[in-house]
Amino acid sequence: MPRAILYDSTLCIGCKACEGACAERWGLPYDDKIAAEERISAHKLTAIETHGDRFSRRLCMNCVQPACASVCPVGALQKTTLGPVVYDAEKCMGCRYCMQACPFQVPSYEWSSRLPRMRKCDMCYARQSQGKLTACAEACPTGATKNGDRDELIAEAARRIAQKPGQYYNRIYGLKEVGGTSVLYLSAVPFEQIGLRTHVPQEPLPETTWRVLELLPDVVSTGSVLLGGIWWITNRREEVARQEGAPKHAGRPPGASKNTPRLEGAPSQPAREEGKHP
Amino acid sequence: MNLRLPKITFWRAVFAAILLSGLYATYLRVFYGLGGSTNLSDRFPWGIWIAFDVMCGVGLAAGGFTLVAIVHIFAIERYKPVLRPAILTAFLGYLLVVVGLLYDLGRPDRLWHPLVMWNPHSVMFEVAWCVTLYTTVLFLEFLPVVFEKFGLHKPMEWIHRISVPLMILGVLLSTLHQSSLGSLFLIVPEKLYPLWYSPILPLLFYVSAIAVGLAMTIFESWHSSRAFGRALELPLLASLARVLAVVLSVYLWIRILDLTHRQAWSLLLLNRSETWLFALEMALTLVPTVLLYQARVRMDPGKLYACAVMVVFGFIANRLNVGTTGLEAGSGTHYIPRWSEVAVTLSIVASGFAIFRLIAGYFPIFEAHSAEGAAAPRELEAKEEDPVSVG
Ligand code: SF4
Ligand code: SF4
Ligand code: SF4
Repeated sequence: MPRAILYDSTLCIGCKACEGACAERWGLPYDDKIAAEERISAHKLTAIETHGDRFSRRLCMNCVQPACASVCPVGALQKTTLGPVVYDAEKCMGCRYCMQACPFQVPSYEWSSRLPRMRKCDMCYARQSQGKLTACAEACPTGATKNGDRDELIAEAARRIAQKPGQYYNRIYGLKEVGGTSVLYLSAVPFEQIGLRTHVPQEPLPETTWRVLELLPDVVSTGSVLLGGIWWITNRREEVARQEGAPKHAGRPPGASKNTPRLEGAPSQPAREEGKHP
Repeated sequence: MNLRLPKITFWRAVFAAILLSGLYATYLRVFYGLGGSTNLSDRFPWGIWIAFDVMCGVGLAAGGFTLVAIVHIFAIERYKPVLRPAILTAFLGYLLVVVGLLYDLGRPDRLWHPLVMWNPHSVMFEVAWCVTLYTTVLFLEFLPVVFEKFGLHKPMEWIHRISVPLMILGVLLSTLHQSSLGSLFLIVPEKLYPLWYSPILPLLFYVSAIAVGLAMTIFESWHSSRAFGRALELPLLASLARVLAVVLSVYLWIRILDLTHRQAWSLLLLNRSETWLFALEMALTLVPTVLLYQARVRMDPGKLYACAVMVVFGFIANRLNVGTTGLEAGSGTHYIPRWSEVAVTLSIVASGFAIFRLIAGYFPIFEAHSAEGAAAPRELEAKEEDPVSVG
């Protein structure tokens, strides 16, 4: 029973209580200046965006099959069975591949720090694993941000659309996007009008690289047999040539390389001596 | 960088200026972090330190594995004279890639983490292991040169005994590594501009790396022949250029098929910067391909060199397009490297040239080469060697 967040843009009044609660939860500074920033960053892990008279919320989507966790070379990012995608700063080497890979441009970096970390919302993993609600959902005065079981929230979202079809754009964002996300959106208008990325693939992104990575054992085994075989054939030919006392490369243009086969590109003795003569 | 000419002073001054600016950029990187030394941002997390220092660096080092495969596995021995320089280039190239990574990683002190903390689902994990293992292999492949210099016969024998598996391992690791740099970008289908995003990126990266490895071999033979006053192994390089022309044709053909199957050609009708960058990249690949099919181009040192340079630049354009410019539109941002990023990159390249020169002057890198040149210079000049006359 993975957990999720349902954000209903039609209920959001832009009070930014979620932002304040999130900052408090992480111990990050929060004042009017930071509240005015409409973009998530290393010091602001969720942000309310204004799109005309509508609001939208940005936070990590905590994808069902997260690209960030699949690309992290050291496994600093992990998808938990509870739903949140959690981050271990002690492992992170700062390659920033998670940032490049995330289809929602969520992970932020502490660019000016000398010992930087990646920062992102982890859907309040610590709170949720103790049975509490996420800080943002708890703070939301209108119920625009709701935290609960993913399947139940999907059912609820469908119910809201069915009850007031005129008020909602007839789709739930996050159901299919990149194979499903833990943050679900409802909106009155098509999602691109509230700043959501609608051209993301419908398939889970980790598939794109796994399709190639899973070939690795095959490439290595076939490659060793093939290269070893070619080496054996070509060297066998040289052996035969040497035993028969025949010149190795009959019919070559005069003056071409006459190196005896030796490994590692070591220059052959005769060639060296020849070189000493003017 | 020729010691006997007066213009050397000029080049030395340039070299010193580059290193000084690189030093200052290093200071900025260490004390003010990535934010104080780069123009990277949350929306554009990778810049030229990845796209050039790592992606081009690894590609330009591809001559090492290509020539090891040609000379030792396919046993086409005539290319032996250019084998050692190619191995040295590859070894230095990989060391410099690691230096580039130390600049780029947010936590360079954790460079070793992927070796103990595994995530086999990550392409970057594969890249990390390949860099580590292949740098070791290259070191071992270069060791015989050191042993020869100091007349150490025992370790020489020892290394000869393991050399066959070592060579095969090296070729395999390179195959994985060159292609995995392309696989890195498979995860960004909606970000990378469709002229470059392709499910066969790993294959394209692999084939183009082979091509640029050959081009780099021609490039550095030309330079070292000037720096060390040796005769240019023209017939040998010309026959290598023949191989290069074929590899480039294969690359272009795969590229055309790929764009056709993905129905991406119509994108070229759009007047966008991506279109022009793509055209530039293609021109830099297509022109040398056509030229290298002509014997008079291959047998003319200047023209041959110009072709090799074009191939190298076409390759760099491709990697920069995939690694930076092709990602700008999809990331909704612009990226122009800060001066300090460029300074570090130039310093790394300049140090590469300088170290190569130092080593080549001290160790027997070109010896086999010049010996043969002296053996029969006249015939060699007259006739291009046949690349496939063996057996
Ligand atoms: S939204 Fe991005 S950072 Fe968040 S889980 Fe998905 S891929 Fe990872
Ligand atoms: S920046 Fe850190 S968390 Fe992100 S992919 Fe790299 S190591 Fe993993
Ligand atoms: S779930 Fe927690 S971390 Fe994420 S935005 Fe809400 S309060 Fe912040």
